[in-house]
Amino acid sequence: MSRRGWWPSVVLGLLVVASAFPLYWALLASFTPEARLFQGPSLLPSDLVLEHYRALFTQRNFWIPIRNSLIVAGSTTAFCVAVGALCAYALARLEFRGKSLLLGFILAVGMFPQISVVSPLYMLLRSLHLINTYPGLVLPYLTFAMPLTVWLLVGFFRQLPAELEEAAMVDGASRLRAFWEVIVPLAVPGLATTAILTFVYSWNEFLFALSFTLGPDRQTVPVAIALFRGMYQVPWGQILAAAVIATLPVTLLVLAFQRRIVQGLTAGAVKG
Amino acid sequence: MASVQLEQVRKVYPNGHIAAHGLDLEIPDGEFMVLVGPSGCGKSTALRMIAGLETPTGGRILIGDRDVTTVPPQDRDIAMVFQSYALYPHMTVRENLAFGLRMRGARQETIDRRVEEASRALALEPMLGRKPAQLSGGQRQRVALGRAIVREPKVFLFDEPLSNLDAKLRVETRAELARLHRRLGATVIYVTHDQEEAMTLGSRVAVMRDGYLQQVAPPMELYRRPANQFVAGFVGSPAMNFLPGQLVSGLLPTPGGELTLGIRPHDVEVVTPGAGTLDAWVDVVEPRGSELLVYLRLGGNHAGPELRAVTPPDLAIEPERLVGVRFDRERLHWFDEEGGSVDFPRTLP
Repeated sequence: MSRRGWWPSVVLGLLVVASAFPLYWALLASFTPEARLFQGPSLLPSDLVLEHYRALFTQRNFWIPIRNSLIVAGSTTAFCVAVGALCAYALARLEFRGKSLLLGFILAVGMFPQISVVSPLYMLLRSLHLINTYPGLVLPYLTFAMPLTVWLLVGFFRQLPAELEEAAMVDGASRLRAFWEVIVPLAVPGLATTAILTFVYSWNEFLFALSFTLGPDRQTVPVAIALFRGMYQVPWGQILAAAVIATLPVTLLVLAFQRRIVQGLTAGAVKG
Repeated sequence: MASVQLEQVRKVYPNGHIAAHGLDLEIPDGEFMVLVGPSGCGKSTALRMIAGLETPTGGRILIGDRDVTTVPPQDRDIAMVFQSYALYPHMTVRENLAFGLRMRGARQETIDRRVEEASRALALEPMLGRKPAQLSGGQRQRVALGRAIVREPKVFLFDEPLSNLDAKLRVETRAELARLHRRLGATVIYVTHDQEEAMTLGSRVAVMRDGYLQQVAPPMELYRRPANQFVAGFVGSPAMNFLPGQLVSGLLPTPGGELTLGIRPHDVEVVTPGAGTLDAWVDVVEPRGSELLVYLRLGGNHAGPELRAVTPPDLAIEPERLVGVRFDRERLHWFDEEGGSVDFPRTLP
């Protein structure tokens, strides 16, 4: 540390300031009265009020998009991890024809630019009568979240020793039972990592949520915030207050599972 | 307990590698059978096929009278100890021991009783509440053994269970395994690459090479009457000497032809120059405590063929001297060009 001198600390400090400053700015502005916001920038907090937050819940029913986002992101995550884990386990452990082709195909699906599939997906969802429903968002999210989940988990399962399941099977467990009793408990860091990444992705997703919902009762948080903008004015205070609220669950999740995420992402990189 | 029978068991991997060329092996109830051979000889594949972890490409496997060739491992009623032990890292020792019984739906009283018995027999009682990561290598090994014992299975399978232990612990555990087998009277199939382990543990030993069985026999018979040159060279330590037969033609009775002479280092006697069958030049002398291992060069100089001899420790042998070597004529082995053993009267007419 001392031998490398002072400059790494300075670079790190600059990076932290650069990435944290917009958050600080948004947090500060969300507590500043609307009138003051346009008087010129102030970096120090003064004259803090809760009016923007109050307005969100009294005038705009902001709890509806929060509920929608929780349902959509939660179901996507639950479904993704449950199905993705089984799928990844099969790809990691079972021998079957066309396995590498399938893995490549899954990766390719995840590479499609979202904008290119919006129109076909819209037609599809409309004919299934799923526009403006929760499944109408969860299903398209799976197309993007599932490849990520499967790829992360395949890597994770591969580095668990095969002898563990073999021992479980010789001990009398079926393959599925061995998976549930032995592999899943050991894969918790990997599962937590993929769950959080999927949740964050679904929580922040904007394009599909905007395209496949029609009114406020199914809009998610990012869409609702974007639509705050009126014809004559932009309610910056409320937008920023909503942004702070939208950031909260993600931040809490990441903070709570920080260790697990790092463990999950670096698994296999270092032996041990 | 049950017998195990392999009938023409073949295993061909998708990449074309043949790990087993029609193995025929009968293991009677209660036998301690050791499969031994160099790495890649197919011994582990054979064991994994008996366990059900690999499916044979051809042939049949029977446990007791039941054809289990395509039966999944969980329905075979076997227990296996893996080289890595494969203990479940997230479970305590007690949970590891109980796992197999729990999977088979045993009653809680049965589980408790058997776990208690096994942990007493293997001195695991003080560590029942610990996780595998908190145990030493030897302790993990005993847990792996215990996990197999509590099941009271038809057949025990061991896949190189001692190779992760240090030398001292390995010898101790070896004796423990022999005692365990005597006490349980169980059918055991044990895979190792270590000929010494095979010889000391096996009621019978099956030597394998390149997917073929070379010889199946009790340890002493393997040592005294190896079926071919490979078995002769693999079994016994230090390994048997092989010399071109012409070297001794006229000096010893030979069956004739282009044969190879095999003689174990223990059957070579070092004598004064001229008094033996041949003269040899002493290259290196290794004291081994109870004996000396002497590396000799036949023909009196350092370019001759190498010969290893084991002599009593009190014999004064100096390197770079000339000595005589006398072969024990009753313990000579002859092999033909394919390495097959040639029957030849071992005593002089």
